[in-house]
Amino acid sequence: MTPNAADSGWFESVDSGDLAGAADAIRRGSADAPADWPAQAVEAGVAADTDDYYAQLRTATIDAAREAVAEREGADDQQLLHAVRAMDDATRTANELAERCTEWANTQFDDVASGIDGAREIATCEPDDPVQERVVALATRIDNLATEADELRGFIERLAPEVAPNLAEMAGPVLAARLISLAGGLDSLAKKPSGTVQVLGAEDALFAHLAGRGSSPKHGIIYTHPYVNGTRPEDRGSAARALAGKLTIAARIDHYSGDFRPGIHDELDDRMATIRARADDGDGGGNVDGDTEEEQ
Amino acid sequence: MTNLPDGIQRREFDGRQRLATRGQPVYGEPTDGEWRCWDAGRSKLGAMLEAGMEIDLVGGEGVLYLGAASGTTVSHVADFAGPTYAVEFAPRPMGDLLDVAEARNNLFPLLKDARKPDTYSHIVESDLDVLVQDVATRGQARVAVDNARFLTDDGQLLLAIKARSEDVTADPETVFDSVCDELTEAYEIIDRQRLASHDDHLGVVARKR
Repeated sequence: MTPNAADSGWFESVDSGDLAGAADAIRRGSADAPADWPAQAVEAGVAADTDDYYAQLRTATIDAAREAVAEREGADDQQLLHAVRAMDDATRTANELAERCTEWANTQFDDVASGIDGAREIATCEPDDPVQERVVALATRIDNLATEADELRGFIERLAPEVAPNLAEMAGPVLAARLISLAGGLDSLAKKPSGTVQVLGAEDALFAHLAGRGSSPKHGIIYTHPYVNGTRPEDRGSAARALAGKLTIAARIDHYSGDFRPGIHDELDDRMATIRARADDGDGGGNVDGDTEEEQ
Repeated sequence: MTNLPDGIQRREFDGRQRLATRGQPVYGEPTDGEWRCWDAGRSKLGAMLEAGMEIDLVGGEGVLYLGAASGTTVSHVADFAGPTYAVEFAPRPMGDLLDVAEARNNLFPLLKDARKPDTYSHIVESDLDVLVQDVATRGQARVAVDNARFLTDDGQLLLAIKARSEDVTADPETVFDSVCDELTEAYEIIDRQRLASHDDHLGVVARKR
């Protein structure tokens, strides 16, 4: 199966009656621009008339979608877990290398900006000698690595809503992936109590607290959610508890049922509005109301 | 005012006038003979039609539908329109969409990413009359602009913008304004309205420039 030329329709390189080939062309082909494909197919003798063309197209698209669904259903929470870990590793490594690279580049070029942006600038330079060649080559690698980190993020943004629609809607795709990654899978996340979800990612602080040092952590990775970090410090504990409760429910719906339920998102929005209204009421803050809030 | 084709009628269900199309029932909607109710509470396009937005449909249109999901709305579109290309990225709802497509002759399901029109330009024909878009991703205006290539001159864009997909924290009106602003790159906006039954959504009708 050769890929379609940039300006040809899906039917172009498919033999008549070759159903597998047609589905493959639907799935893997591409074109720079659409055209009047029905007319072209009739003209090329692929279809007797446009009705015949649409009938063939229907069979091919349904077959292709069915195949692709079967394959993609293998895309599970474990893929998400690997993707988010790979993204974090790629980002961290790119930053570390960029630091090294810009430090080195400072001895060779003028006005080197720091960080990945700096490395990307250097990557576009024309090297004059063997030293500069190495610096520019390193910068190019960093540029690629940072690009891969961005692509991984895009991949996670598309995959997370498939794996966990409610969790991804509530937490955002990347935080949803991080929670799944920290728990070790959607299955184990769904089985955790919300108090554990609340402090996922704050294990050091939690165990220090359990060993008698320091206060208990109010939030773990869910701190990155705007509902937590956008709430005033006095109310962050409440916000984190409310969010963790709903996230736990979202993870359970995603794991055990898989359908999207708008209701729980509205409930969280309401709860957050109540918590944030305390700031407007001139309440001194702090969780002094005797913990009457519902956990879930 | 909305111009409805013959394929969409207002009929009485549960004591009130609601939209209906003719086709196989899909999601347990009430039916009246061969007519099935188009539930505006579950369909943003249905809500836009019920709200009487400036939509011009005559029936038999070529349609590209982005974000078809399980096929709730696209099933009604295929009932009154001509060739209907339904793009959906997620495999799970695609399973349901396939059942909808099996029961119709003019619905072509495509498991593709609406942000990458190159990957389906070899399938979807040019000069379509209507682009319907309901995708919950950041950059909804970009998607609409990139997919304008499939529309004929003057073709209609029927768009539901979800504010929370762009920015969870910003004021929805600000988000809507910035999305509409970006749309003008390829479209002229005819009508915009908040959808009462779909909180957080703006319905937009536009024409390709």
